[in-house]
Amino acid sequence: MEMPAPDARVLSRKDYIVERLRAVLPKDAVMSDIAETRAYECDALTAYKCPPLCAVLPSSTQEVSAILKICHELDVPVVPRGSGTSLAGGALPTADCVILGVAKMNQVIETNYNDRYIKVQTGRTNLSVTGAVETNGFFYAPDPSSQLACAIAGNIAMNSGGAHCLKYGVTTNNLMGVTMVMMDGTVVEIGGAHLDAGGLDLLGLICGSEGQLGVVTEATLRILHKPEGARPVLMGYDSSEVAGQVVTDIIKAGVLPVAIEFMDRPCIEATEAFAKAGYPMCEALLIVEVEGSDDEIDYQLDLIMKIAASHNPVELRQAKDADEAGRIWLGRKSAFGAIGQINDYMCLDGTIPVSSLPFVLKRIGEMSKEFGLDVGNVFHAGDGNMHPLILFDANKPGDLELCEEFGAEILKLCVEVGGCLTGEHGVGIEKRDLMNVQFDPQDLEAQMAVKDVFDPKWLLNAAKVFPLANSEPRRAA
Amino acid sequence: MMPKSEEDLAQMIAGAEGPLRITGGGTRPIGHVEGTALSTAKISGITLFEPGALTVVAKAGTPVADIEKALAKENQRLAFEPMDHRALLGTTGKPTIGGVVAANVSGPRRISVGACRDFMLGVRFVDGAGTVIKNGGRVMKNVTGYDLVKLMTGAYGTLGVLTEVSMKVLPGVAAQATLTLDGLDDAQAVAAMSAALSSPYEVTGVAHDPQAGKTVLRLEGFANSVAYRAEALTKHLAKFGTVTVDDNAKSVQATWAAIRDVTAFADQDGDVWRLSVKPSDAPGLVAKMGAKAVQYDWGGGLVWALTDAGRDIRAALGDFDGHATLIRGRADVPTFQPEPAPLAAITAGLRAKFDPCGILNPGMMT
Repeated sequence: MEMPAPDARVLSRKDYIVERLRAVLPKDAVMSDIAETRAYECDALTAYKCPPLCAVLPSSTQEVSAILKICHELDVPVVPRGSGTSLAGGALPTADCVILGVAKMNQVIETNYNDRYIKVQTGRTNLSVTGAVETNGFFYAPDPSSQLACAIAGNIAMNSGGAHCLKYGVTTNNLMGVTMVMMDGTVVEIGGAHLDAGGLDLLGLICGSEGQLGVVTEATLRILHKPEGARPVLMGYDSSEVAGQVVTDIIKAGVLPVAIEFMDRPCIEATEAFAKAGYPMCEALLIVEVEGSDDEIDYQLDLIMKIAASHNPVELRQAKDADEAGRIWLGRKSAFGAIGQINDYMCLDGTIPVSSLPFVLKRIGEMSKEFGLDVGNVFHAGDGNMHPLILFDANKPGDLELCEEFGAEILKLCVEVGGCLTGEHGVGIEKRDLMNVQFDPQDLEAQMAVKDVFDPKWLLNAAKVFPLANSEPRRAA
Repeated sequence: MMPKSEEDLAQMIAGAEGPLRITGGGTRPIGHVEGTALSTAKISGITLFEPGALTVVAKAGTPVADIEKALAKENQRLAFEPMDHRALLGTTGKPTIGGVVAANVSGPRRISVGACRDFMLGVRFVDGAGTVIKNGGRVMKNVTGYDLVKLMTGAYGTLGVLTEVSMKVLPGVAAQATLTLDGLDDAQAVAAMSAALSSPYEVTGVAHDPQAGKTVLRLEGFANSVAYRAEALTKHLAKFGTVTVDDNAKSVQATWAAIRDVTAFADQDGDVWRLSVKPSDAPGLVAKMGAKAVQYDWGGGLVWALTDAGRDIRAALGDFDGHATLIRGRADVPTFQPEPAPLAAITAGLRAKFDPCGILNPGMMT
């Protein structure tokens, strides 16, 4: 993956830049020694690494503003970082950049149950947002798989989703307000404790802008009361076509489950070997979860079971209690870990119209043979957000490149059938050079024009999202 | 001007010699713009409807009624229940989906399922230079590039003229009920509405009419679920008084259509304001604004106010968490809440990029 050559002028002024940053930050908040900066050389896309010029860990919005003001004045690129769990390389540094990590900023600023929001510093992890309100019966809905580690800052940057977004939406649907520092150090407040911030929908624009428009330091998030209960049902089928039809029929029947998860045979085999969840060996497995009181759940599951049964399942199993529910989810939740036990893998997240599911799965199977690399599929079927896991051997020369080539072909296929390159992980560097597959030049130009407004010097995370050739004139200016 | 296609529209904008006043069906004349009228009403038709994927794609000029009819055949709906402004604003004609999106129009259900912008999946539009641009797509999860879909939603045509929108739809509901509490004052009503919204019972409408002294909650879903939750909520709200339950579908729909369209103010003289506020602030703000009448929706988060004509109520409100829009009123009072300087600079910057000659709805949103 090509990255722009570091700016020699910046590299040569490292000592001066570090000195300026130290003047506005506590001593332990600036790291410039290679032994310290190495910790920031990559995110969860570990195939690519590059230690930054230095890393800073501010504790407040004011400190973030002071840092950005200096970097803006000295033309130093900045890469914002949450917890570094991006699978797309969203927080990958360049050698001439300052990594701005928000990890120290993890405080709850305000909780308000009457008006149903929580205001936090964005270094707080996703799960600990729910942790702060769950004793009062509330939760924060977006639940990315990495929720134990990932920060709200990164969730906002990537507009993260999760397994339950069919009902509750993704980050952008649960974000009410932000405090954001612009690249020139200006602090702006957008939205707040009210719905639908006034003026242009800048909140919607910032959410998912991959840290390219500003550094979000505080966020007001919508919290919801927990449902009375939730229960999953597991179903197995002989073909993915039939499973796809079951998903469509459930949705058309007027039931809106909170989650519909899909796993194919390679994934089932790997997770069974690893987690022993007791899954049936079949071509396609679905986990469908509904919420409500016991009676409401019974009623909805009854409808779902009838639809499921009419399609000749090889297995149909309803959780009767919390223990059985846990067992049904166990395999799905350990799927990535299970695959990771047997192989290196690359996880994609292209999204497709649900109706194209059988065709796309068939094509991925054929391509798997052509490339000679195995693929497991596990994904959010209700919203068409796929997660093909391509297995490769990082120690085998050329295997990573082959895997990337295969991945690119899968994503092109997603776009061809009317879908998109990424449903929840973001573009980062991983899908940057495929953007021309989904967008025409004028579409990308319109997006880059937005960045011109927020960050005219193109210093913030500038080597991401847009193909380097498209962004080059702006970055070089 | 009435372009018949996206190409037509692009040519008209590229060749425009002065400001354009962008309209759809002309039923929501919010704001005051001088310019040649350009309507998207003839760029019309449903392009794609996939019930199994909960997705509809339609050209901007498609009447909302046509979309709702097509969805209803498959027992689906636009869940954000867009308000029909015709009664309140005294307009005629057909509301279009492009108009709904351009003004981010949502109804009472916004409090539970989200606003129009939360259902938006993709847009096609023509910018002020006549360039056709697309963003988003037709799938429910999409973080590919910047979200210009949300930026265009609620931009009132100032950044581009919509030609096509794609949206997420939801299944219809089998049963519905309205729960009513009588005689609460505004503060008690907001407390009761907060209690309902802070329960696990999924209310999909929460409104209060101080004139009638009625606080109403809506439940929707499968019949036995609605009945169960109606009983549970009645107990949950016991300290606020006796709850009466109406489960007649027709009258429930009529109640919520009236709340959605603010019909209470339709035939009354005066200006009409729409305020988005922090719900618990609402009674205090209402006490300050000196309105002739108000209606609360969204659990107190949305306040509709009827005031004497020509008064800018923002002066009386001072700084508050939210914003006020003049939906019906005179041109000498600013329609939109003035923005703080740094945000106004971003807005101006975006408009200069998307509409370099300043021809798209100049004067709107400023």
